[in-house]
Amino acid sequence: MRHAHLLLSVNGEAVEASFAPYKTLLEVLREDLGLTGTKHGCELGECGACAVLIDGEPQLSCLVLALECEARAIETIEGMARGAELHPLQAAFADLGAAQCGYCTPGILLTAKALLAREPRPSAGRIKEAISGNLCRCTGYQQIVEAIEEGARRMNDESHR
Amino acid sequence: MKVIGKPRRRVDGRAKVTGQTRFADDIVLPRMLHLKLLRSPHAHALIESIDVARAQAHAGVQLVLTGKDFPVSFGILPVTQDEYPLAPQHVRYVGDPVAAVVARDEQSATAALDLIDVRYQPLEPISNPEEALARPEPRIHAYGERGNIHRLQAFKFGDAEAAIAASDHVFEDLFFYEGNTHLPIEQHACVAAIDPDGKLTLWSSTQVPHYVHRALARVLQIPASQIRVIATPNGGGFGGKTDICNHELVAAKAALVLGRPVKICLNREEVFYMHRGRHPVLMKFRTGVSRDGKLTGMHLQTLVDGGGYGSYGVASTFYTGVLQTVTYELPRYHFEAARVFTNKPPCGPKRGHGTPQPRYGQEIQLDKIAEHLGKDPAELRLGMLAKPNSITANWLRIGSIGLEQCIQTVVQRSDWKNRYRKLPQGRGLGIACGAYLCGAGLPIYWNKMPQSGVQLLLDRSGQVTLFCGATEIGQGSDDVLAAIVAEVLGIDPLEVRCVTGDTGMTPVDLGSYSSRVTLMAGNAAIQAAQKLKSMLAEAAAEELQVAPERLSFASGRVSFDSRSLTFAEAVVLAEAKFGTLGAVGSYTPPRAPGKFKGAGVGPSPAYSYTACVVEAEVDPRTGWIRVPKIWIAHDIGRTINPVLARGQVEGSVYMGLSEALMEEQVFRRLPPKLSRALVHKIPSLLEYKSITSLEMPEMDTVLIEDPDPNGPFGAKEAGQGPLLPVPPAVANAIYDAVGVRIDEIPITPDKVLRALEKKAKGEAPRVGPERFPEVPYPQPLIVPPPWEGGDGSEVKRDDAAAVV
Repeated sequence: MRHAHLLLSVNGEAVEASFAPYKTLLEVLREDLGLTGTKHGCELGECGACAVLIDGEPQLSCLVLALECEARAIETIEGMARGAELHPLQAAFADLGAAQCGYCTPGILLTAKALLAREPRPSAGRIKEAISGNLCRCTGYQQIVEAIEEGARRMNDESHR
Repeated sequence: MKVIGKPRRRVDGRAKVTGQTRFADDIVLPRMLHLKLLRSPHAHALIESIDVARAQAHAGVQLVLTGKDFPVSFGILPVTQDEYPLAPQHVRYVGDPVAAVVARDEQSATAALDLIDVRYQPLEPISNPEEALARPEPRIHAYGERGNIHRLQAFKFGDAEAAIAASDHVFEDLFFYEGNTHLPIEQHACVAAIDPDGKLTLWSSTQVPHYVHRALARVLQIPASQIRVIATPNGGGFGGKTDICNHELVAAKAALVLGRPVKICLNREEVFYMHRGRHPVLMKFRTGVSRDGKLTGMHLQTLVDGGGYGSYGVASTFYTGVLQTVTYELPRYHFEAARVFTNKPPCGPKRGHGTPQPRYGQEIQLDKIAEHLGKDPAELRLGMLAKPNSITANWLRIGSIGLEQCIQTVVQRSDWKNRYRKLPQGRGLGIACGAYLCGAGLPIYWNKMPQSGVQLLLDRSGQVTLFCGATEIGQGSDDVLAAIVAEVLGIDPLEVRCVTGDTGMTPVDLGSYSSRVTLMAGNAAIQAAQKLKSMLAEAAAEELQVAPERLSFASGRVSFDSRSLTFAEAVVLAEAKFGTLGAVGSYTPPRAPGKFKGAGVGPSPAYSYTACVVEAEVDPRTGWIRVPKIWIAHDIGRTINPVLARGQVEGSVYMGLSEALMEEQVFRRLPPKLSRALVHKIPSLLEYKSITSLEMPEMDTVLIEDPDPNGPFGAKEAGQGPLLPVPPAVANAIYDAVGVRIDEIPITPDKVLRALEKKAKGEAPRVGPERFPEVPYPQPLIVPPPWEGGDGSEVKRDDAAAVV
């Protein structure tokens, strides 16, 4: 099968990618672009581990063909920190025990980031709704919800500085 | 203490939130090939022939392997070496691997699997324990007790029957705990490669690199010294990655044959076939109780559905009985257990390993006992607690017990006294307790070596590097080790670089199972760090003109009064004085008091304790169960890092609640025209229901600190024990809410409705197993409990009559 040749926008950078046209965005990110921070737990859209942001919206990268992503802004976990400095959500996750094994973490962090972009001060209930498509087997979710609340606080503090 | 007990960001926290943690499937090597396994579509069959010619000819295929390529069997326990990397002859569950293809990419390998022609002679599958007992043929394995009975166990610690018969009250109850699976979000993966020097390296998402190392040497028949196993951080384990996996052995063999790196990542369906999860267990408890609410004796029978292979099953079967004695005083105990083979994916250890099932039965039965005696179930438990620093009827030595404080904590925080039995119809509270090991006292294979080793290297820059075989599975083992070393040396945990889980680089630690790492590797780390500290102190003392024992190590300085050195300066002085600086520490658990055959399972250096109150709401029209809040108090001995400890407790609560309400690994038979095969009903994450963020209740988590002399700084485990009380507390809360007993797991709305219908008709308001089949338990081993004399040995059979 002839490779597709596309210009993708990943974490604000234009990247040329050449890949088999049947490949999902998940596969292209991990296998062709070396961005292994995006995880997979089922490749069937069931677990949420592969969530990335496409034009700011959380999407399951295992259900999106990379071919569909031309000219769309893709954001992965690798693009979340500002240089060497962690994003406030990342820092809150690390500080408050929201990442145990860390496998579902990238998908949840990006989902949370999209939530906070829409609602800077979400209630715990809204946070639980937003991440209900992301399965975590380690934490019992409570420390994740608390970390998203804390991340929101830190982001609001920053924006008021 | 400066580090221990303080909430901190874990040392590997940054890696985990940036996606930089390198899991097995993230590894990509030049010239890497891809492996796929062909799995049996039959639950039980003999392989007549395998033709791989067409697969071998497929474009991109480099190698096809079958059972013929693997003459040597394996198994995690030395007594059950009953699996082959690829089944040579006999397949025992749908999903049993029979052939393998290695190709340039996954697509080519998957396409070639379809070209392998396997001819099977189907055999009648054995689908459940009753069938396994009733039908000795066809035999699933040629070994075992007889027919399809894998293992029988029977022990009598005092004359339990006589004690029960003489009791004021006797309770007999049946319970069933359905099997369920670990469901780590990371699918198992590994990469095998030949190093430049010709040696084999395997990176794998395993919790037990040391045991994988041994199995590779055995199965591939090459010296263990030529093999290096690196446990990549696990994306969740929960016991699901504690067995030797077929794919690890096949990938390693393929890499050896081809001289190229070979990778495999199981798909989600295959993870369900790999399984090794919770054993389904049928239980019968016969318990004697005195009028004032003390246990007089217990006779517990368990029937354990093992699935297609041995796995950890012999140990799991022991665990369905050995820990019934460590929570409450039980003067006499009769325990009988049987594990049978069935044609389903093999069961093994899942969080709590064999103990959540009997804990479910025991804690519900206590609820029934309390009601019968008119006692508060919390008070009943407080009145029968096992004593600290005691030996149990089955010769387990208990150290610290913080259970009393745990119970009082959850009772007080849930306002139990004002709310239990007083909430409106449809709402209720339930209480339960549990206890768990802090590491199995004995290793899986008999040896006299330490169970855990730590090596420290001190660079003249002041950098500390820690080497330990312990495996990071998300629980925070690296953080525990760094914290302990940092505490002893007076530095920041982030100053400690951890190199872990690598059989080529690190001293052996047996693995992340049985909640052993904090206690065992932690003690080894203390020992190693203290050796370094005394060298540093001696060198620093000369410089500061003070006696070494008067120096304090804290905040990155070595000091006495106003005189002080930085840690790095002390290191330089010590290296100048002693030469290159390094130290090792190791840990071997204390000898257990039991001497009888079978006393090896159950002993632990310490036991953790937990109490839990669950609040439940039940809609009597639909049977729907909602759990708004759970209170849990866990006796952790000493908290190393409260952020992580709380995470372990809450993760256990989550998993216990998910098992209680929905998780089940169930099978169905295909119709006769489709071979009557026994297939997994739900091998997908969508159909295998587990709790999401929306159903998860609020958790009120309290860590109780009752330091145990055997723990590092007094620390005990937190990763498994807190699961145990949750399912029975849910069942007890449902009884308080609507007055029905659901004596089996999972507790689903349909069962609640059925019980409510029975209640409305005036029948016993209960859903659960109705009968316990005849099991040919053997004559028990007679072991007098400590208070009846003896020294922990079995009584000779000839003398048995005189004792009983």
